[in-house]
Amino acid sequence: MDLTNTSFMKIRRQTTVLSSILIIASISSLFINKLNFGLDFTGGSLIEIRLDEEINSLEEIRSFLQSMELNDFQVNYFGSNKDISIKVPGGEASIDEDALIVNLKKSFNFEVRRQEFVGPQVGSELRDQGGLGLLAALAVMMVYIMFRFQYKFALGALLALVHDVVIVLGFFSIFSLDFDLSVLAAILAVIGYSLNDTIVVSDRVRENFRKKRRSEAEITINRSLSQMIGRTLITSLTTLLVLLALFIFGGETISNFSIALMVGVISGTYSSIYIVCNTLLSLNITSEDLMVKKTEVLDDGMP
Amino acid sequence: MLRFQFWKIFLVISVLFIGAIYSLPNIFPPDPAVQITFNSSGGSFNERVVASIEDNAKDDNLNFISMESDSKSILFRTKNYEDQIRLKQFFEDSLDSNFVIALNLAPNTPEWLKNLSAFPMKLGLDLRGGVHFLLEADTDLLIEAKLESSISNLKRIFREISLKPRSLEIENSNILVSLNKEEDEQSLDEALQRLSGFDLEQKNSLDFILKLSDDELEQMIDYAVLQNLNTLRNRVNELGISEPVVQRQGTKRISIQLPGVQDTAEAKKIIGKTANLEFRLEAANRVSLASRVEKFLFDGRQVNLEKKLIISGDQVSDASVGYDENGFPQVNISLDSEGGAKMHRSTRNNVGNKMAVLFVERKSKTELINGVPEVTNFFDKRIISLATIQSALASQFRITGLDSPEEASELALLLRAGALAAPMDFVEEGTIGPSLGADNIKLGIQSLLLGLGLVLLFMIFYYKVFGLIANLAVVLNIVLIIAVMSILSATLTLPGIAGIVLTIGMAVDANVLIFSRIREELKNNLKPHDAISAGYDRAFITIVDANLTTLIVAVILYAVGTGPIQGFAITLSIGILTSMFTAILFTRMMVYFIYGRKKEIEKLWI
Repeated sequence: MDLTNTSFMKIRRQTTVLSSILIIASISSLFINKLNFGLDFTGGSLIEIRLDEEINSLEEIRSFLQSMELNDFQVNYFGSNKDISIKVPGGEASIDEDALIVNLKKSFNFEVRRQEFVGPQVGSELRDQGGLGLLAALAVMMVYIMFRFQYKFALGALLALVHDVVIVLGFFSIFSLDFDLSVLAAILAVIGYSLNDTIVVSDRVRENFRKKRRSEAEITINRSLSQMIGRTLITSLTTLLVLLALFIFGGETISNFSIALMVGVISGTYSSIYIVCNTLLSLNITSEDLMVKKTEVLDDGMP
Repeated sequence: MLRFQFWKIFLVISVLFIGAIYSLPNIFPPDPAVQITFNSSGGSFNERVVASIEDNAKDDNLNFISMESDSKSILFRTKNYEDQIRLKQFFEDSLDSNFVIALNLAPNTPEWLKNLSAFPMKLGLDLRGGVHFLLEADTDLLIEAKLESSISNLKRIFREISLKPRSLEIENSNILVSLNKEEDEQSLDEALQRLSGFDLEQKNSLDFILKLSDDELEQMIDYAVLQNLNTLRNRVNELGISEPVVQRQGTKRISIQLPGVQDTAEAKKIIGKTANLEFRLEAANRVSLASRVEKFLFDGRQVNLEKKLIISGDQVSDASVGYDENGFPQVNISLDSEGGAKMHRSTRNNVGNKMAVLFVERKSKTELINGVPEVTNFFDKRIISLATIQSALASQFRITGLDSPEEASELALLLRAGALAAPMDFVEEGTIGPSLGADNIKLGIQSLLLGLGLVLLFMIFYYKVFGLIANLAVVLNIVLIIAVMSILSATLTLPGIAGIVLTIGMAVDANVLIFSRIREELKNNLKPHDAISAGYDRAFITIVDANLTTLIVAVILYAVGTGPIQGFAITLSIGILTSMFTAILFTRMMVYFIYGRKKEIEKLWI
């Protein structure tokens, strides 16, 4: 893959516009559509059953549930025409799932695959904890990069991470996919991944700035990106390959997790190139910013 | 010539060797099994019972591979999940409620591995099926009880120091004391020195608020939850299921995992069972009306107790073991204010008569009525102590006449733990069917293999010989992850498998970094050997930086996450650490073996 002469920074204005559009779209959707929080966060009950025979309409089950005086519930196919999930959100007086199952068994033949109940208290607590974890992860990363690199890089990395998180959240909001605990875990993993990319790129930018002190910032950054683009794309590709495998075979439980990571990996690859480097250019990065400090003694021949 | 120190070769090979041994137990798939145990801790199997159970199963043409038994349990191994379910169904129909029947996964670890204490990873509920609960202590009730008993204590103290408050009551989870005159304030201070655990706040000149101190509150909740943990652990052990997990989660929650159990309702009944105590008077001869008397057996003789109870165990706020002047064991009991008053009223006219402590347990049994299972609840009552009332009792009294210190501590424990120290609510519960568990394993392994296959193909295509080395490193990385998980006896869950799969994708990153650097250096006209050294050395710091940040994220995930997230975080962190080892040290060793020992090489297959 020879992209040595590609001028990445030529299209920096266009990418800025693209990022802004994506971010604005994500944020508006988050305000308008909100997130479709899963059972983990809202509390409520979930029953997954596998019917002995396929059914073509859920109407029968729906009317049965209505006859049990349940109002606010969702019945969906779950992977196949035999697998059905019944969701009753929290808030409503708690339902007796066991009784529900016993009654359902009178009219349908099925096997209970999964049954889940989450109290409303637990749900909202998890939401707080998750948000807190997200903020903690971002803060620790900032400090780490400030310590290892320099504040301009830290700012670039932070913008890139926020960009990725907002876009994944926006994606889930726009397509109203279930946002549950596993998706939250995926977003935190995206932060790790995107940062990984950012650091690899920043590392090379720093190295080149130190080597060629005279040259213009844009040219140096461009050269660094050209040198790293092969690696960045290959790693994204292998990661996307395994995520695709997870998405195909991982089953319903893992599918949203893999979607979140796939969107995140794509966004993370893009942001480590454009968001980080754009920020560096906007902040007028110079080689003086990156004078060798004593933290760099590690650069010797460890394996 | 490339340099690669001998000790590094030794290190890499020994780590891989140990990794291979400790991951080995995982390739012997466990057998689906059915386990039978006694319902109560007392029972044990004798050969006759075991033989008859085995014969029954054989007569019915049920398929099982083998049967193992000890005095505590019998284990039937089966070939597949269908046989397992059929066998379980059979035992449920043919055995009575004295037995607990649970699905199990029986490991097939060979003896020699067991001797090296190499065991397979534990599988999470999502992979093996089972029931989980999250219970939360109701601390409001706990606080209320504490306040009530404190008020009755205060009343006593006030009486003793002749302080007459205008009012003394509970208000918004605090105690409110109103004095008649300002001079009483000093007496109040004096009284409070004898009542620990409260902070005093002056509302206005005559009104004071007693607030439970944060320390006291924390201690109270901590004590109650720990006690509940014990009680629940005992109850779960009574279920006779292999590898149950009962652990504290946060300050006031307890999480329970019961692998192999399918019936939430049944498990809930046993875990949430409410045992209680009743204090009753022995029916004097003058009370001969049959309708007001209940008969019990105690120490082999019949005892008639009045049906009317004095108080129940709800009103016991504390119980502890002590010794009287003569060194005989006794149980000290504290009642709340209402209980104390009732106890006093009932006992002052019955000095010299006997009082019994009854242990009452709510049990349920399932019976087939017209072919439909019906659950009925009933109370199981037995006398645990019968003692003569020496004097009128109040909120603090003691039970003496106990045979041994053991009996005393047992009684105290029952009084404290018979009912849970703080009532617990089920805030989360879930069941995962055995077929879903098996499916999840299958799906996990399939996606692992597909992901691995795609990455391996790509790496060979793109990096040729070096790609092959990297592929070997990726496979060894998986072996090491499994070995570390097994050694730590960590639990593998479906998100955990996802973590491993993600690690595969990301682990090649280190090698991609190294190899692309080597290519670059070759392009800069470095000689192959120099390019290799430069590639490894220059990529090293980038790799450490990049992996360290991902590790930090994984640690945060573990810290803030629960259940599924933690499973993901564990495999991710282990994977990051092992991948640095295989991607850097192992591949460098292989490169050394292939290219390093020749003086000069023409071309690198990269």
